[in-house]
Formats: sequence, C-alpha cells, structure tokens
Amino acid sequence: MRRIRNVCAFLLTAVTAVSLTACSPGGDSGSENADGPVTFTWWHNSTTDTRKAVWEQIAADYQAANPGVSFKIEPVQNEQFQTKIPLALQSDSPPDIYQQWGGGQGAGQLPSGKVADITEQTKPWIGTLGPVAEDWKSDGKQYGVPYAAHTVGFWYRKDIFTNAGITAPPATMDELNAAVTKLKAAGVAPIAVGGKDRWPDAFYWGYLAARHCSPEQLKKAVETVRMEDQCWVRAGQDLKAFLDTQPFQTGFVGTPAQQGAGSSAGMVANGQAAMELQGDWTPDTMASLTADKDLNSKLGWFPFPAVTGGAGAPGAVLAGGDGFSCTNRTAAACAKFLEYLVSTPVQEKLAAVGAGLPVNPAAAPALTSESLKTVFDHTQRAPFRQTYFDIALPTAVGQALNDAIANFFAGQGTPETIVEAVNQAAAGNK
Amino acid sequence: MSAVPSGLRRKLELSLFLGPALLLFIGFVLVPMGLAVYYSLYNWTGFGSLGEFTGFQNYLDALTGSVFQNAVWHNVLIAVLSLVVQLPLSIALALLLNRKLRGRAFLRVIVFAPYVLSEAITAVIWLLILQPGGFADQVLGAAGLGGLVRQWLADPDLVLFTLFVVITWKYIGFGIILLLAGLQGIPAEVREAAALDGASAWQTTRHVVLPLLGPTMRIWIFLSVIGSLQLFDLVWIMTLGGPANASTTMATYLIDHGFKRYEFGFGSAVAVILFIICFTFALLYQRFALRRDTQGAVG
Repeated sequence: MRRIRNVCAFLLTAVTAVSLTACSPGGDSGSENADGPVTFTWWHNSTTDTRKAVWEQIAADYQAANPGVSFKIEPVQNEQFQTKIPLALQSDSPPDIYQQWGGGQGAGQLPSGKVADITEQTKPWIGTLGPVAEDWKSDGKQYGVPYAAHTVGFWYRKDIFTNAGITAPPATMDELNAAVTKLKAAGVAPIAVGGKDRWPDAFYWGYLAARHCSPEQLKKAVETVRMEDQCWVRAGQDLKAFLDTQPFQTGFVGTPAQQGAGSSAGMVANGQAAMELQGDWTPDTMASLTADKDLNSKLGWFPFPAVTGGAGAPGAVLAGGDGFSCTNRTAAACAKFLEYLVSTPVQEKLAAVGAGLPVNPAAAPALTSESLKTVFDHTQRAPFRQTYFDIALPTAVGQALNDAIANFFAGQGTPETIVEAVNQAAAGNK
Repeated sequence: MSAVPSGLRRKLELSLFLGPALLLFIGFVLVPMGLAVYYSLYNWTGFGSLGEFTGFQNYLDALTGSVFQNAVWHNVLIAVLSLVVQLPLSIALALLLNRKLRGRAFLRVIVFAPYVLSEAITAVIWLLILQPGGFADQVLGAAGLGGLVRQWLADPDLVLFTLFVVITWKYIGFGIILLLAGLQGIPAEVREAAALDGASAWQTTRHVVLPLLGPTMRIWIFLSVIGSLQLFDLVWIMTLGGPANASTTMATYLIDHGFKRYEFGFGSAVAVILFIICFTFALLYQRFALRRDTQGAVG
C-alpha cells in the first residue's frame, strides 16, 4: 500500500511540476542578474551533523548579507552523487550549485550544456587559490571553484612507531621497507589499506607514478589520455616489489576504507595497524571509528617516500579537492557565492571542522591539528601537484585504472597491464 | 435500463478501471525498457546528446569481454548452487518442521526471520561476522577449528561461495515457508492411504509427498533462478564485485559501468542482455515446466 501511495504522490508531483514549467512564461532561464532575487538549490556532500551545520551557517550568513538570496540546501551522500548528477544535468531543473570534483570527471559533464562557464566572474580572484583551482578548468575556462584542497600522505601512529623502535618517519622506500619489517616484528599490521573500495590502492600506484614520471610526462599523459613512457611501467614494477614485502593487513583486498572499526581507517584508529596512505580527511574519519578521545595527539603525518632514480619532482604531491560548480540559471549569482566561500572567514570555519585544507592560505592557522598544518605546509611547498588519476582522467578511464590497480593488488596482472588498461579504456574498449 | 449502449458502457468501464494501471505500466515499465534498448545503440556518456551511433557494438563489447563473461558464469553458478544445495535443504527442513514437535512455531519463526531482513541489512551483518578476526573466525577458533579460518571475502577463489552461504542463510526461510504451505495442501487421507497399504514413512515421503510437492518446488525453482540472475544488493555491499572481479555479477557489472564509469550506452546494453536472459528463461520455464501447474489458471 505504502508503495502505491508513493507512486501516486510521485505522479502527482511530476504532473504538477510539468504543468508549472509549461505555464510559467519564459521559464527561469535568463535571470543572469547577479543582484536580483534568487533561490539557490544547493547539493553538497556533507551529510554528517557538524559539517551540515557549518554549511547551513554559511548559507544563513550569506543570506543575511545579501537580501534576495535564499537557499534550498540538499545534502547528498557522496556515493549518490555519481548517480544523481547525470540524471539531474539531463533534466530541466538541475541544482544551481552542486558538489564537483573537477578533472576529467567534471569535463565529462560539460556536454550536458548545463554547467556554467564562470571564467569572467572568477577572473579577479581565482589566481589567489593556487594550482588547485586548475582542476575545475577545462579548455582554459573555469567551470567550478574549490573550497577545500586535499593531499594524500601516510598517517601513522606515533605510539606504535615508538614501540616498534622506529625513530624517524621513513623518507625513502628503503626506509619504509625497514619500518614495515620492524612493525611486523612488533606484531602489528604495518600498513592498512582499504582494498575493497579500489581507490585507496590507486594512491600507491599514483604516488609511484608521480615519483617516476617527470611533471611533463604527467601533464602529457593526462592531456592526451595516453601513457607511453616507461616511467608508468616502472611505477607498477616498484609497486610489485613493495607488495612482495607484504606490508598490508591480512585480507586487505576485501577491507573497506572508511566504514566500520574493521575498515583500514578503523584499524589505525584502534591501534591494530600502524599507518595508512590516505587523504587529509582521514583523522576525521578515524576519530568517528574509535572510542579513543586522544587519537589526534597520537597521529603523525609523513609524505610518500622518495624512490631511487625517479624522474619526478621530489616532494610532488598526489592531491585533489572539493569544489562546487554552477549551472546556467543562476551562474552569475552563484559565482558570487563561490567567491564568498573562499573568503578568509568562511575558509577558517571550514578548516576548523576539518573539511579539508583551506584553498585560501590566510585561513591555514584555523586548522585544528599540528599534523594537518604539516600537511598544509608540505602542500604549499610542493613543486608539483598531481591530481589523483581517477579524477584527472576521464571517468571511464580513471575507473578502469582503479580496477586494474585493484586487480594488481589481488595478484592479477602485470605492471604493463595497468598502463594498458588506461590506453585501452581511452580507446573506448571495455 | 441504461440509455448507454452496453458495448460503449463496457468500453468506458474498461478504460476507467484499466486506464490508470495501463498508463503506469506503459510509463514506468515499457517506456524505460524501450529507452534502454534505444540508448544501448549509442556510445552515450549520460550527458547531453546521445553521441555516436554504434549499432550493436556495445553488445559485442559486453559479450566478448572476459569480465562480463565471468559475471554471467558467476550468476549461473549461484543459480545452480541454489538448486542443488538450497532445494534439498529446504525440503528436508520443511519436512522436519511439518512434523509435530515441541517449539515448532518458534522454529518456523527463527528459520523465516532472515528473509524478513532487507538485503542491505543482511549484507552489513555478515560483513561484521566475516571480517578478519570477526565472529565467524572466533567461533571456528573456539571450536578448535582455527585452521579453517580463511579470508572469506578477500580470497578470489572463495568469495563467491561465501556469498552463496549468506544468500542461503537469507533465502532458505522463504523456500521452507513455501514448501510448508505446499505440505499443508497435501490431504492427510493420501498419507493415511499409503500407510494402510503398508508404505514406510520414507516410502510415503518419496512416492507420495514429494511428487505432490512438485508444483511448489517448480515455483521455488523459478523464483530462485530469476533471483540468482538478478543478484545485486548483497554483492554490491559486501564486495563491490571484488576482489579482482571474482564476485562480479551481471547487475554489479551493469551499475559499475553505467554509473561509475558514466558509460550509459554500454550499461543499457548490459541491462538489455540481462533482461533477455531472464525473459528467455521465464518463457521457456513457463512453457516447459510450469505449464502443467498453471493449466486452467491461465488461458
């Protein structure tokens, strides 16, 4: 009965929506006046209470300072964005502001014709955000603005490292291998990885590629969606050598990354594993998976180690970000709001709740932990910033790459098949 | 006497009562199916215009791809395992629960309970049970069978069988309830007559009860095979089709490509293939297995 009622309600809504659209003269299009009254439909991915509240506060503040602007906020779960966005952008009423990770995935949404080009509106200030804003660019045009940056690195338990007799965080792969050996001897899983979700595996290959390939090779591969240089294969060879040392927890190919105490993040949070290669959001995730109130003081961070003989820029980071895109209906007003999001007070609010690294450097002092400040400083100094490959490349290619790497972690394939997977997917092969 | 001619009146009635249902059916069943077939002929990313017309290329790509072939095989394996493991198990338990024994009602509830849970909840419960060092491993350890502990969901050779155990746990209750209903439908007189003729309990079961359960079993087989072919929720939550595609099913493959890779044209082609497989099975099964049971019930 319930279902039937829902269907009826849905039909009624659909019919009403259609007739309303049909009846309103001229529809909603063309209201490009940035100062006119506007109601934003806003889809963001912060579904937890604290973050949701921060966005609500930000919207309320903006509304107070800009009469005529109002918000209809809809938090959407991360995973659901993948299914909701294509459908929304295909419909006649997409959200006005929506979560966007840029890169090849964002570029893939452009053929919908609904994503607004906000190059002109953002020109005066986008430069202050640094290289991270490039991810929301396509063909030289700005299609979105990041509000937070992310950097991947090793999060480790200082207490477990000390117990195992490791005095300094590893700076080279050899030192990392030595640390793995010591941690095993101390009876703890050296590294936790959430192999079930595939993308955490891809961080290892991605970092090794960024160490072996020069910035020029990295840029060229992303631009042409083709990996030709031998450096890509060398990344896989190094990964094989590393996997052979068996650094991960048992059953790592079936472990989820962020869900439950048995996930890779949960294992580190509860002291069953010593470290995890993850983004800066991880301390926040870990805190929610343990009863340990003092976890933050135990966590340290170190960058992905150097490899011998790599052509990559030393200190290059594997990184990404969170941002928003505007759709055409309210593009100008939306761009103004995005400018507000990168202003110092808002950035400080976001940094304080651990939404990511601020894209506005002035807000860095608001970061809550020493380790996050370390990550921020390291990122600022990094000579090169490589966006995670699954985001940088077109979606189909990025997912094919993640799958190939995950298979490699499960013992299938060779360093060559990972590279082939990219080139095959780029050629449209399934 | 009505002024409206009876033929017209009949048509009016028909359209009044059938119309809304028909509209719903066309709008939410037939049109989407047609659209899926249409999209499957294009190399469409899901954004903007349909892109390049590729004819049956998507179908060829799917059918010749090793991952999809494996997915089909996994579905078939689950279906076959269901028939050879779940059916005998259900029959045995149903026969047992049909006897007069203490706490029978309670046992029936217990057996049926897992079926009441949604697949998502089942998957999360079993994820906790099967995680390394989880409940399953602890039980094995406590029973002195620590040597049997495996990577239940992380071993490519094992993962499908682990999933099958969970599927069995969840759906066995449904089979049992169905068969119990079938058993209730067998008149006591038939059994008594067999007993009077000197048949043993086993002979009665083998030659009288089981044949009379035939229609129920055939329905169960139908539902079980269709369910196995469409297996999705449990697998998606527990393994995402991994590790290394070892538990990919047609449905997880479809979602993986359609929504995660934005290959909507290709995903539609996979959906159409899945539909054709299910539809063909359903038709053949109706024609050859269910016909006797439904004679008189349908046309």
